[in-house]
Amino acid sequence: METILLKNIENPNSADIDEYIKAGGYRSLQKAIEMQPKAIIDEVKKSGLRGRGGAGFPTGMKWTFASSDPKTPRYLLCNADEGEPGTFKDRPILEKNPHLLIEGMAIAGYAIGAEYGYIYLRGEYPGAKDILDTAIRQAYDRGLLGDNILGRAVRFHLSVHQGAGAYICGEETALIESLEGERGQPRIKPPFPVNVGAWSKPTVINNVETLSNIPYIIETGAEAYSKIGSRDCPGPKLYCVSGHVERPGVYELPMGINLRDIIYTHAGGIRGGEKLKAVIPGGVSTPILPPDKIDCPMDFVNMPKHGSMLGSGAVMVFDDTVCLVKVCYRALRFFDHESCGKCTPCREGTGWLSNILGRIEHGKGRDGDIELLLDVAGNMLGKTFCPLGDGAASVVQNFIRHFRPEFEGHIRDAGCRLQN
Amino acid sequence: MLSEKAIKQVDEIIARYPAKRSAVMPALYIAQMEFGWLTPEAIEAVSEATGVPKATVKGVATFYAMYKHKPIGRHLIQLCTNVSCMIFGAERLVDIIKNKYGLEAGGTTADGRFSLVIMECIGACGTAPAMLVDTDFHENLTEENIVKILENYK
Ligand SMILES: Cc1cc2nc3c(=O)[nH]c(=O)nc-3n(C[C@H](O)[C@H](O)[C@H](O)COP(=O)(O)O)c2cc1C
Repeated sequence: METILLKNIENPNSADIDEYIKAGGYRSLQKAIEMQPKAIIDEVKKSGLRGRGGAGFPTGMKWTFASSDPKTPRYLLCNADEGEPGTFKDRPILEKNPHLLIEGMAIAGYAIGAEYGYIYLRGEYPGAKDILDTAIRQAYDRGLLGDNILGRAVRFHLSVHQGAGAYICGEETALIESLEGERGQPRIKPPFPVNVGAWSKPTVINNVETLSNIPYIIETGAEAYSKIGSRDCPGPKLYCVSGHVERPGVYELPMGINLRDIIYTHAGGIRGGEKLKAVIPGGVSTPILPPDKIDCPMDFVNMPKHGSMLGSGAVMVFDDTVCLVKVCYRALRFFDHESCGKCTPCREGTGWLSNILGRIEHGKGRDGDIELLLDVAGNMLGKTFCPLGDGAASVVQNFIRHFRPEFEGHIRDAGCRLQN
Repeated sequence: MLSEKAIKQVDEIIARYPAKRSAVMPALYIAQMEFGWLTPEAIEAVSEATGVPKATVKGVATFYAMYKHKPIGRHLIQLCTNVSCMIFGAERLVDIIKNKYGLEAGGTTADGRFSLVIMECIGACGTAPAMLVDTDFHENLTEENIVKILENYK
């Protein structure tokens, strides 16, 4: 397959504007500003593009909502917080193809009538910060950003806003709070950011990968684009594979490709010919799957029918040397650490889940602990302010659903058979 | 007080946003660079530069894990122990750092050379285990190569 998102990244100078232009870059922006904004949005709608940040919301629809809100100014935010454990798919775009994102944002800004855009970049990517700053400066110098883009009366200003190590700021309303200089705690929805977003104005928030699809859609047209990937979920998708595979890494593949193919064909199968024990298909927050459940099309529509979610496309592979109680405990320590503290079910629930899992992992589990875990998780699900708490609860439920004997064994044997 | 250069930097940043308050996080980074960590003077300087009350600045600063609220060493080791790094032995690496440098997570060596912070996922899962030293990524760490890498930071 022709690469769209990772195009040209083997070129060591791929982040440079000249290399990007040489490879056909910024032609789409030229084309876009000769179109009516509404025509661009229609094209994006027709392409079927869904947001790659995890929720899979139709991008064209989001743009329509924001652009039809009469309040101005409007804002465009790029979510480059990439905090979901296991996820490293936006990083190659940010570090090696920054102009693709900038071009996508300039087009999006013009389409929705936003004159200011911000890239909310996680603090853990200091290298990407420098690369983006340089790329943005280059784009200004060439008249591709600024007050008169390509000599026309089109304005779009762009800068990077650096996060500082808070997973919750990947959640769009927490991201807005953080951009406004506040503690990154989520807001209640509705109103949605498309109506009341940054500085209470209509705001589009899209993931890095989502925005990086835009230049290709404009260049080749919605129809050609929608032939890539699955019918309900077209386009290319970045899958980042980690854990016990022969070739971990980021793979650009058609949306909807089978999870088994990602692992066995593209990532080379299980490392050292070991036996597969489990797969987390879309980042730590998505439901874990046992080996007999990995024949599923990896897209937003089909994964829920197969008991999990596409999430961020972060495929985490575990061979049978891995203690899943330990993995579950580590995941819950993460949620406990990252819970923002705003709502009680999440703040307290993640703490309790983590503590109980800790004692099971450390050989101090008690009879009834599994039921206790499920009880706490059940009291969190659907009752937390934002999906972070739901994610934490469902991790525990799904680990126990598929691997209950391993938890029982830890309690019975007062520890782990796989370790020591 | 921030240096003149830093104040100019903060002013440039303020101009990017419709509200001054958005400059608090970037200004905290700048103040942290100038003062080494977020001393009471650093918080006050950010408050002055942005017009946001001190208590509010402090409240923002304490929410985010990457701001420093005590002195740190010359080099900051940020080692990931989240799932993809953990399954490749990241916890062993924590022990190695502890044995070699007497350095505990959250602490600083007596000579002020290194500080160690345990990170949640740093986005290097395909090349796990991984760490950041200052702003440099180091990936595919092993029990053998980690000390060699750290020895390059004096
Ligand atoms: C706890 C939590 C963390 C999230 N982290 C991210 C993230 O790191 N990056 C991202 O793009 N979206 C993240 N999201 C999803 C965003 O809220 C939002 O849906 C997304 O940025 C919208 O962009 P899209 O429509 O292009 O997918 C997160 C959501 C939640 C609830």
